[in-house]
Amino acid sequence: MAPTAGKGMPVDKGIDFQDQYSELGEYAHWLDTSVLLPIIVAISLLVLALLVWIIVRYRAAANPVASKVTHNTAIEVIWTLVPVLILVGVAVPSIDLLAKQYKPAPADAVTVKVTGYQWYWGYSYPDNGDFEVVSNMLDEAEAAKRGEPHQLAVDNRMVVPAGEPIRIITTASDVIHSFAVPSLWFKMDAVPGRSNEKMLTIKEPGVYYGQCSELCGARHGFMPIAVEALPRAKFDAWVRSQGGTVKGDEVAAAAAPAAAPAAAPAAATTTSAAQGAAAAAAAPAAAQ
Amino acid sequence: MTTIAANPADLHDHDHAHDDHKPAFFQRWFMSTNHKDIGTLYLIFAIVAGIIGGAISGLMRMELAEPGVQYLQGWATMMQGSEATLDQAYHMWNVLITAHGLIMVFFMVMPAMVGGFGNWFVPIMIGAPDMAFPRMNNISFWLLIPAFLLLLGSTFVPGGSGLGAGTGWTVYAPLSTSGSVGPAVDLAILSLHLAGASSILGAINFITTIFNMRAPGMTLNKMPLFVWSMLVTAFLLLLSLPVLAAAITMLLTDRNFGSAFFNAAGGGDPVLYQHLFWFFGHPEVYIMILPGFGMISHIIATFSKKPVFGYLGMAYAMVAIGVVGFVVWAHHMFTVGLSVNMKMYFTAATMVIAVPTGIKIFSWIATMWGGSLTFKTPMVWALGFIFMFTVGGVTGVVLANGGVDDNLHDTYYVVAHFHYVLSLGAVFSIFAGFYYWFPKMSGRHYSEALGHLHFWVFFIGVNVLFFPMHFLGRQGMPRRYPDYPEAFAYWNEIASLGYAIMAAGMLIFFINIAYALVAGRRAEGNYWGEGATTLEWTLSSPPPFHQFETLPVIK
Repeated sequence: MAPTAGKGMPVDKGIDFQDQYSELGEYAHWLDTSVLLPIIVAISLLVLALLVWIIVRYRAAANPVASKVTHNTAIEVIWTLVPVLILVGVAVPSIDLLAKQYKPAPADAVTVKVTGYQWYWGYSYPDNGDFEVVSNMLDEAEAAKRGEPHQLAVDNRMVVPAGEPIRIITTASDVIHSFAVPSLWFKMDAVPGRSNEKMLTIKEPGVYYGQCSELCGARHGFMPIAVEALPRAKFDAWVRSQGGTVKGDEVAAAAAPAAAPAAAPAAATTTSAAQGAAAAAAAPAAAQ
Repeated sequence: MTTIAANPADLHDHDHAHDDHKPAFFQRWFMSTNHKDIGTLYLIFAIVAGIIGGAISGLMRMELAEPGVQYLQGWATMMQGSEATLDQAYHMWNVLITAHGLIMVFFMVMPAMVGGFGNWFVPIMIGAPDMAFPRMNNISFWLLIPAFLLLLGSTFVPGGSGLGAGTGWTVYAPLSTSGSVGPAVDLAILSLHLAGASSILGAINFITTIFNMRAPGMTLNKMPLFVWSMLVTAFLLLLSLPVLAAAITMLLTDRNFGSAFFNAAGGGDPVLYQHLFWFFGHPEVYIMILPGFGMISHIIATFSKKPVFGYLGMAYAMVAIGVVGFVVWAHHMFTVGLSVNMKMYFTAATMVIAVPTGIKIFSWIATMWGGSLTFKTPMVWALGFIFMFTVGGVTGVVLANGGVDDNLHDTYYVVAHFHYVLSLGAVFSIFAGFYYWFPKMSGRHYSEALGHLHFWVFFIGVNVLFFPMHFLGRQGMPRRYPDYPEAFAYWNEIASLGYAIMAAGMLIFFINIAYALVAGRRAEGNYWGEGATTLEWTLSSPPPFHQFETLPVIK
């Protein structure tokens, strides 16, 4: 799938968040743009306006004799309580957003295990035959040839189904990395020895780019992330093309009388595992 | 004090003769027990470190001015004396960001505020002749020299993919343990140990001095706000630095002696390091700004010719910021995989800090309200501080929301936020304090015109430099990247332009200081007039070598 310009990637001279392609991303974006941003701009402008007024009105030329007022209980109570109320108002949607972000994925959701390596990503699909896709950054010429943005384009993307909840589990094999995709409002550290789990629902098919977001050594800036969301049928086809299995495949295989029942998926798994290992071994040399 | 001033004139003569007895050069500056001389040493040290740390950020902005890697390979080649590989060049980038962070935090802001202004003015403002432990004061300063040399030296030895420690100033494990072979990270850790020990000794000294050496009549609730700010800062240092020391000691043993505190394969946990680091690291950011709060209060009051509005509220707001500052640390770790309850707690607790901070901002405004304002150099810096710190503070409220931070964590939005509160907050207050007290410390006036020019050029420069970083962060540009996609080019180029403007501002500063030292007008005792009411304005400029041999009595 070819990426759409300006979708799932930063845009030139952009000042806002990237357009969001997940429901929780839209909610969080709303929280920033409709709640937080107006409040912080208003507070900054209020302070600026007060300062300008003071500078004009109370400059020595305009006000030669200073007042000696140093207390006013009423105003002190107001400027303590009003911020408290504003913060409580912010906290309500903020806490609600957090609660929604921690909702676990349903049991039958597609699981992608994301592993950070120095300096590339591995995406394995434990419920689909456990094959691993190794993902390295493309060099500038190759990215241009494929019509993808340099520094973001990768050779093998993380492919997931669109429009349904997926379970992402992050971990790392060496140092801490962070799996981040700005247009999906998704960031989860990949920590050695830990499995972090989070649900993600991508609303529509597309390519969504991200970059490693925890300092992980020399090539920290050169292990981008590309998530490709496909319609379910195309995702299933992609899984099979990788030698993986889709739920229901085993049943179909067992029902078929002719071919050796268990051999096909097993062979596929072995092949893909071997491919993964070979790619992993080649990766450090190939990364640049 | 048993001296009875039977005849004030005699006493004055006696004092005068004694005051002016200064030791010879080496004894005075290398074996000092005088709080003012040690304060001067700290300030000189901070300026030197600031030049180095600022130059490093210049290299960073140069490399980031346009997409692609233009200079790193050349610099890495220069550092190691042989042709650098691409990985060594990228490692060089990590060394630059690490050095910039550590130098600015530990060797510029802290020495300037705590060691410099704190040493100079805490004893004077409380009417004490010196610090409680003058010799310990000296070793506090001299521990910083080897600490700084160790950090600078670490850039010349192997640290993993190339020369130097490329772990970021946070030194996260396992990048700093199994991820960085070679002695560079060990040297950097030892540097932090020494700098931490220096600060702990300094903190003990300040707490003891403030509790025991206040002049008769100066109760805690009459203490100048700068002294209050230093008292709170000293407690934060005393309680947080030992935790940093423990964390980095565990890093050392993980690296060298086979322990596995932070090694998952041995039963440890890398996230434990982050909890320990930020238990120190969050109070640390208040350590860097609280003394500035104190200085700004004095400057605003002086140039408004009014006492500080809501003095007690101001003092206890700082205490509240200090206390709450200890229970919000995991907002630096919102993406490590915290439980939902922890994330909710740390979101709520972090937002609470906005309340005492708001009290301070509004109290400064109320101090000026009804005042008779004159806009001398320190005052324009203080006004700039109030606005810029507000801008930096409100973006902190955005980041406090754990669910929103999921997108902004480790992006340039965070870089913009903490540079607004530090580079435009803490540094503006340092300049405000410097211009406020420079004639008091040196006895010479600087040029007002150059001071104002410095302010405007610097103010425009840092805003052009840091404001676009909000946009980059919202668009998703991660921190600590030497290269970036084409789409980020526009704002990066503008930010680099801002750096050049800011650097020109710094040039004006140094010219002004040179002018003041060579040809500056002599300063009288209280050159700011009726608004300046604290004890340092009762002394000559510069103050006598020893002051207050007869303690002042506070009404």
